Amino acid sequence: MSLGQVTSATLKKDLRLEWRSKDAINTMIFFALLVVVIFSFAFDPTAEESRRIAGGLIWVGFLFAAVVALNQTWARELRNQALDAFRVSPAPANALFIAKAAGNFIFVMVLEAVMAPLFIVFYNLRSVGPSYQLAIVAVLATWALVVNGTFFAAMSIRTRSREVMLPLILFPVSIPALLAMVQATTGILTGDFSPQFWVALLAVYDVVFTTVCLLLFETVLHAE
Amino acid sequence: MYALLGENGAGKTTLLRSLAGLSRPSGGMIKLFGESNIRTVVQRLGYMAHPSLLYEEMSGMENLLYFCGLYGMQDAGQRCREVIQLVGLDPELTRRVGQYSQGMRQRMSLARAIVHDPELLLLDEPFSNVDIASTRDMVRLLGTMRDGGRTIVIVTHQASLLEGVADEFVSMHAGRVVGRTAHLPTGSEMTGVSAR
Amino acid sequence: MKSTFYILAILALGLLSLGLYQGLVAAPTELTMGNVQRIFYYHVPSAWTAFLLFFVNFLASIMYLVRRNPRTDALAVTTAEVGVVFCTVVLVTGPLWAKPVWGIWWTWDARLTSTLVLWLIYVSYLILRRYASGGQTPVLAAALAIFGFVDVPIVYLSIRFFRTQHPQPVIGGGENSGLDPAMWKALLINWAAFLLFGFLLCWIRYRLERLRQTFEETRALESLLESDVRSAR
Repeated sequence: MSLGQVTSATLKKDLRLEWRSKDAINTMIFFALLVVVIFSFAFDPTAEESRRIAGGLIWVGFLFAAVVALNQTWARELRNQALDAFRVSPAPANALFIAKAAGNFIFVMVLEAVMAPLFIVFYNLRSVGPSYQLAIVAVLATWALVVNGTFFAAMSIRTRSREVMLPLILFPVSIPALLAMVQATTGILTGDFSPQFWVALLAVYDVVFTTVCLLLFETVLHAE
Repeated sequence: MYALLGENGAGKTTLLRSLAGLSRPSGGMIKLFGESNIRTVVQRLGYMAHPSLLYEEMSGMENLLYFCGLYGMQDAGQRCREVIQLVGLDPELTRRVGQYSQGMRQRMSLARAIVHDPELLLLDEPFSNVDIASTRDMVRLLGTMRDGGRTIVIVTHQASLLEGVADEFVSMHAGRVVGRTAHLPTGSEMTGVSAR
Repeated sequence: MKSTFYILAILALGLLSLGLYQGLVAAPTELTMGNVQRIFYYHVPSAWTAFLLFFVNFLASIMYLVRRNPRTDALAVTTAEVGVVFCTVVLVTGPLWAKPVWGIWWTWDARLTSTLVLWLIYVSYLILRRYASGGQTPVLAAALAIFGFVDVPIVYLSIRFFRTQHPQPVIGGGENSGLDPAMWKALLINWAAFLLFGFLLCWIRYRLERLRQTFEETRALESLLESDVRSAR
């Protein structure tokens, strides 16, 4: 059971489970929609203003929605203690982590693809910068949220207040990534400043924390 | 085959989980197959508990194929089919495990535990809430496996089920083993205290 | 042990008093801000102490994951708690300083904002410790502590750059302001006093934590023995 084989087997299993139950995707999309609507009551921007604040609104919205998916994908493992079955097998722990993170990444990217047109409509968005840059930011930013999110969800889902614990421990550590993704997006949308530094920071954040996660996951998985 | 008995809180589940490598003991040492690091011999272990350790939205066959993958078994289709039949279920069944009856679920859970042909089987209350027929079938199967050279440790409240099948009844109390008998133990034998 | 503690406590009291005098009386009055600037002698040493404590927490967390010694876990929770206390001091003195000088309670200045994020990270650590169940707590907390501390340089970098793009008033006189040697004296004395005081707080808290750990262990053993005795009756 090599790392690659177990990872792809687990990822396929998760995608299949998600396809059949649609637990994470449905709740996530609906939640994001609610956030968009509520924000549009709170802020009623002109086209010019909306370019400046959309970056923040979008990523805060995705952050909250992502938390839903992050909790769901681990809850699935705990439902019948299926996680114990994995722990008792010789499969490498990091395979589980990468598979879960990759699955979450896919789900959140799907969410973003669905929500992006909605944001454009609701906030009359028209980007000054090219969209491929926005796509790059989206990929880096999503991974930043998902990599730590998957790890922290694995920890928090075994505590007493389960689902509530995740945002409490995830958000503080994610602050620099959030700042970077919001700034990068705003920089591209408005064309007022260069997003270069922020994109680089996101990349650094991704590399650093992916490494930390891979180093510590086995320990956390077997903590009992 | 060992039957592990004791009242609630005696430490049976903790012991079993420690043997399986799921719980870390706060003191002392465990050696399995001569190894103190259980992770290295995990391939030779099978574990089953009261929750089914299966994924509800997949069929039995799909579940088993996935777990075979975790154990590094290639082209496991044939093996999975055999094991499902061994526990008395239909490999062609596409119904999701979530829709199984409790008896079927525990049979499938047992299938999952033995699919990689482990030498040591650790079972924690496998017969709880299971119908008599399924229970009897499972006990019979476990007896056959024991005859084939496997070691089996079963934690159960229903010691009478294993009468005549288990080799040894181990009684635990307050975190310690207090008695080992070849037959079904009496009340005082279970608490390790003789009448005064 | 006890006498050492009392000696150090008296020394700490002495240093704190000296620091108070130095900071509030002896040090020269700052040119532009006047006497309000004296809060600097509390603001900065608290920040340095908090940071040092969080660094110790980081090391203790790594040590715990390697050796699983309950003493290192006790050290981790101690330094986190005392660190949060000093961090709170920084966050309270910051606005107290900012309001009279710039007329606003809060500026999202790089150092103050980084301290706020630091505070949030370690408070979340303490919350995790409270809500995790039993045996897992030290391991999960140690993991979170490592994440938190690794994040610190990234936090500082990001907010620094943000502030150079969107400048705001800087508390503490910016990067280039020099310090009069008499001010350095007051600053360092106060820092020594805070370090000693912090050390004493940690000492007490550590002892408390070790007591709690031993108590838990004894209680678990006791309940086992009790049920033994009961059934023997």
